[in-house]
Amino acid sequence: MGLEDLYQQIILDHYRKPRHRGELEHPSVEVDHNNPVCGDQLHLGVLLEDGRIAGVAHTGDGCSISQASASMMSEAVAGMPVDDALELVEHFRLMMHRQTEPDEDRLGDAIALEGVAKYPVRVKCALLSWMALKDALQTHSATTER
Amino acid sequence: MTGAAELDPRALRADFPILAREVGGAPLVYLDSAATSQKPRCVLDAMDRYYTETNANVHRGVYTLAAEATDRYEAGRFSVARLVGADRRGTVFTKNASEAINLVAWAWGVRSLKPGDAIVVTEMEHHSNIVPWQLVAKITGARVLFTPVDGDGRLDLEWLEVTLRTEPVRMVAVVHVSNVLGTINPVADIARMAHTYGAKVLVDASQSVPHMPVRFADTGADFMAFTGHKMLGPTGIGVLVADPATLDAMEPFLGGGEMISDVRTDGSDWAELPYKFEAGTPPIAESVGLGAAADYLMAIGMDAVRAHERSLTAYALGVLSQIDGITIYGPQDPDARGCPISFSVPDMHPHDIAQLVDRQGVCVRAGHHCAKPLMRTLGVGATARASTYVYNTHQDIDTLAAALAEARAFMAA
Repeated sequence: MGLEDLYQQIILDHYRKPRHRGELEHPSVEVDHNNPVCGDQLHLGVLLEDGRIAGVAHTGDGCSISQASASMMSEAVAGMPVDDALELVEHFRLMMHRQTEPDEDRLGDAIALEGVAKYPVRVKCALLSWMALKDALQTHSATTER
Repeated sequence: MTGAAELDPRALRADFPILAREVGGAPLVYLDSAATSQKPRCVLDAMDRYYTETNANVHRGVYTLAAEATDRYEAGRFSVARLVGADRRGTVFTKNASEAINLVAWAWGVRSLKPGDAIVVTEMEHHSNIVPWQLVAKITGARVLFTPVDGDGRLDLEWLEVTLRTEPVRMVAVVHVSNVLGTINPVADIARMAHTYGAKVLVDASQSVPHMPVRFADTGADFMAFTGHKMLGPTGIGVLVADPATLDAMEPFLGGGEMISDVRTDGSDWAELPYKFEAGTPPIAESVGLGAAADYLMAIGMDAVRAHERSLTAYALGVLSQIDGITIYGPQDPDARGCPISFSVPDMHPHDIAQLVDRQGVCVRAGHHCAKPLMRTLGVGATARASTYVYNTHQDIDTLAAALAEARAFMAA
């Protein structure tokens, strides 16, 4: 298997031209996640309105996989109900562990990251932004329920 | 050691079985020896022979096999001590360099440091020479101060002098050769300064002992730590070197079998050096392997090792600096540095670099290299790092440069 599986054009495109990159003016919740192995850093802001992700934005620094994944994740979940987004995070996580048949309709461009599953060291890079989103959504629901 | 007979890496390569393998159809180009070195056949054979011929627990055993095992274990220690000019009684085997530093931090630091005392490390330390001191500082109320690193990757010795003069510094713990910048630090000068102000000195020699002539006495240090697996030996064994008198004055670090002379219900007495600091069954086969590695290095001659690596480093600095936009960290003078060369290339994350050059069989490391304070000083999250050893050739550097160019073209395509 060639590296082209890992570095598909669509991934490199998201890396070079990340979508939803930047800071939200009034995020409902913000989280910082990092990958201690390779030094990837991600700051994620999420705006929540009526149980939906009304806005999502990321900044940070990292490898092509982590940055492209953040871009693809943001694109996939923008506008999505929180519960659906959490389900999608789980779906993506299972895809990274090759435990599910990926659903392209829900994943959008992020389906291109399927090949990363064959490189265990890079799975953490791909998962970084998705785990950050899960953390953000759960942090927000925990603080608002109180 | 006599002056340099020249080292022929192509001849030496035949001693390293792993170098014959391929990665994805490409010959292995191993440029990560700062992380761990490859092992020559003589090391593997020595360990294999130990297990097949004389395996038994060391010391105390009366039977022939146990005596032979003990002899081989101690012969390993003797070779390692000879390599660095250390006293056998002051050559303590640990699990790795980290444990050697922890030994000093706990056995000396916890009992000696008082609230307000200062422990000086540097911004270019590996985490293994930072975290043990932070742990001990937390218990004793001492403070850990960091010697700054300048733009050329050198320590700010004026800061150090001022700090020694104005702070109650009890320990200066400094790396001999930086695993990121390659900087060779003037440890003898630092030790002289520190001793003037009554501070002890620990030198982390993990990246120097494998690559250049290092005599413990010449470092001026009270303690010197290094690890076996970076110097052609096995994993699972590290070394703490100290003057026996220094070690005699210290209490043990770990307790258990092996390190006692008497155990009673009301207390215990410690074994003689170096066993006082070697609790439990020691790394026996590892000592045998490390001894074989030290013998192998001494047969090549450490001057020849250094001359070869200086030549590779000079060549690599020249070739890599041709790459458009590259940043090479640390001193640009090959005489001022050891073999690790950290670099970054615009628009290519180090992790992507390492992944892409792997296609050509090239092994380089990417990440923070267990030196996060230094990464912050450099203002980067990660770097790529190539590091050489006796078995690397100038052609390996060319292969790296070609693989980097191809990786760049791939990412830009």
